[in-house]
Amino acid sequence: MASARGTTIQDGVTFFGRVHKKGGILEDERWFAAALLSPTAVLLGLFIAYPFFEGIWLSLTNTRVGVPGEFVGLRNFEKVWNDSIFREAVWNTCWYTFVTTVIKLILGLWLAQLLNRNFKGKALVRAFVLLPFIIPTVLSTFAWKWMFDPTFSVLNWMLFHAGIITTRINWLGDPDLAFSAIIVVNVWRGLPFYAISLLAGLQTISPELQEAAAIDGANGWQRFRHITWPLLLPVTLVVTLFSVIQTFADFQLVYVLTGGGPANATHLFATYAYQIGIGTGLLSEGAAISLAIFPVLMAVVVLQLMYIRRVETR
Amino acid sequence: MARTTRRRLLQVSGTGAIAAGTGGLAGILASGRAPAFAQGTSLHWLRWNDFVPAGDEHLRKVALPAAEKALGIKIILESIGGNDLAPRTTAAIQSKAGADIIMGFNSTCQLYSESLADVSDVCEPIGSSQGGFYDAIKANNFDGTKWLAVPHMFGPGMNVYRKSWFDEVGVTSFPDTWDEYRAAGKKLKAKGHPIGQTLGHTFGDAPGFAYAYMWSWGGKEVEPDGKTVAINSKETLESVKFMTAFWKEALDEGGLAWDDSSNNRAFLSGTIASTLNGASIYIEGRRKPAQYQTEDGKAMADDMRHAPNPKGPAGRVHFHGTQSNMLMGYSKNQKAAKDFLRWVHTPENYGPWFRVEKGFASGPTKSWENDPMWKDDPVMLPFKDTAATARATGYAGRPTQKAAEVLNKYIVVDMYAKAVQGMPAEDCVKWAEAELKKVYSV
Repeated sequence: MASARGTTIQDGVTFFGRVHKKGGILEDERWFAAALLSPTAVLLGLFIAYPFFEGIWLSLTNTRVGVPGEFVGLRNFEKVWNDSIFREAVWNTCWYTFVTTVIKLILGLWLAQLLNRNFKGKALVRAFVLLPFIIPTVLSTFAWKWMFDPTFSVLNWMLFHAGIITTRINWLGDPDLAFSAIIVVNVWRGLPFYAISLLAGLQTISPELQEAAAIDGANGWQRFRHITWPLLLPVTLVVTLFSVIQTFADFQLVYVLTGGGPANATHLFATYAYQIGIGTGLLSEGAAISLAIFPVLMAVVVLQLMYIRRVETR
Repeated sequence: MARTTRRRLLQVSGTGAIAAGTGGLAGILASGRAPAFAQGTSLHWLRWNDFVPAGDEHLRKVALPAAEKALGIKIILESIGGNDLAPRTTAAIQSKAGADIIMGFNSTCQLYSESLADVSDVCEPIGSSQGGFYDAIKANNFDGTKWLAVPHMFGPGMNVYRKSWFDEVGVTSFPDTWDEYRAAGKKLKAKGHPIGQTLGHTFGDAPGFAYAYMWSWGGKEVEPDGKTVAINSKETLESVKFMTAFWKEALDEGGLAWDDSSNNRAFLSGTIASTLNGASIYIEGRRKPAQYQTEDGKAMADDMRHAPNPKGPAGRVHFHGTQSNMLMGYSKNQKAAKDFLRWVHTPENYGPWFRVEKGFASGPTKSWENDPMWKDDPVMLPFKDTAATARATGYAGRPTQKAAEVLNKYIVVDMYAKAVQGMPAEDCVKWAEAELKKVYSV
């Protein structure tokens, strides 16, 4: 095998079983790089770029289900901007993303620190922590839906039998509680991603730095503030970036848990776009609602990437 | 295996085509032979998971094998959750691929009108031979010139209630007016048995309750011209004000988050005293008497009764959800699908399924009021002719695409939901008016 490879390198390049003689097209680094990148480019083009541009086109037409539309300019955007439910969805999405991201970051950091310690059954605990992230969102959200069920809530049952409440708490029927409920489920589901990613980051920090600081008399908080946090910051920013993107476009969780109700109190961009585009058949308006996420998300992503670059080049 | 020659195939095809062309199913039956379809012709029928599971079981085990034998085609029945039908339909239409026949609720076929086959030649004979379609189901499926879908059934909503609990609070017959219902509900809630109703985002019970309630007060979505938004009226405002108090005094406040199955569970678990629902609660209670019992160990079904909606200032009105079968325009099996839909709606084929449904399904045409099934169980009698009291969305106009949009956006439902959450009644009505204007102005 080794000699065969040696021969290949000397005489030409093996590509999909064919030997290309030296001086062949793939000998040129530019072509070779393009060949290697092309599968990814095709996949990205098919599944990311094409739907994205198709979405932009749809949002500029008056397409309905089964009826090809005509170009209408920005009329759909104007309509959704004047739509009170859309505005509610904008506020909900921003607030939902902000609150869940902050909570997941704080709890994730804390959990990562705990998991970074040496204790018996460490591997098992780390595996279990990942469970909420592994279970399909729809399945786990159905379980949560039962727990929050207005009539059969196990949470209410426990609180009632513990003597904490005397009447049922209307978890999903009260707008504020329903919003809190989707936040709780999102945090539960997203926390492992933060914890495990930050744990990976923590493990790259040399223990010698911590030991040296401890010898110099730094307490736990000081070690965290001046050693752990700065070294963990690039990883934290990347994790937060991914999380913000995912949370901003969250759909399954809210769709299963509340369907956007009660009275639109938990509608996010994605659930409202779905209701309009799919439920009502107004594909172009649905696309306009979906695309409305784009500038906000783009701004967040650009800002975060700029910050990451600054941190990395420090 | 016998060989089929080209000449033989043409003969059989000719017979089938002539039979279908001249006499529809009657012709097919008269010819004594299944119509010839291309070898391996199969129909894909997409439906919801029936709230009466025995109905789906009957289709799979009895009806479809019989249809396959009679029509010579393979029929694949796929059933999914009712809330999932809309995305499946949209995806199918956009990709021009998917099930040949898809079930639609209420007036959803109006949303897809350009993508559906004209089924007038299927519907007209059914209507004329079976006493005519009820107005509401015709309005939902007819666009003024042609039939967009074949009406399949009403899923009428009646108030199922616990007789003994109403008796306990001194209400010996179901309240006749909303005022009486509110008074009874107040006493029932005080005893821990509130009325239960959803105002959530769910396809059946929420609009079924909210629309009928609004209409009974004289509220309406638009004027008869189908364009002028008319929801902001004194009548609607009164209904919203009443609902706010009614909800607080008499209803289970968890209902804001209920889906279509939540009130079934709440009723059968002995949590609520009454709810507007299809007959599925009673049918389930009757099916499993040992599982669903009253506090003193008797079959809960024996304590259940059905009653129509209470009257409002504008009378007694029902929404009564409807179901239809849409023949998709992209289907390559148009003839087979139409023959199948005709087959489904002959009395001898529809009847057995209708009886298995035990009243959860009411026939789309008036002749089904005379079916002997209604004599089986007096508790089911209120469902017999209630379809005649049904009204379609978009009232006082027609159930157009705009009305379907309003329905699917839950605007009327949310108007009441916002009120019970504390928004002033005037603001709720104004909000609904603004949303309706956005829909109807385009």
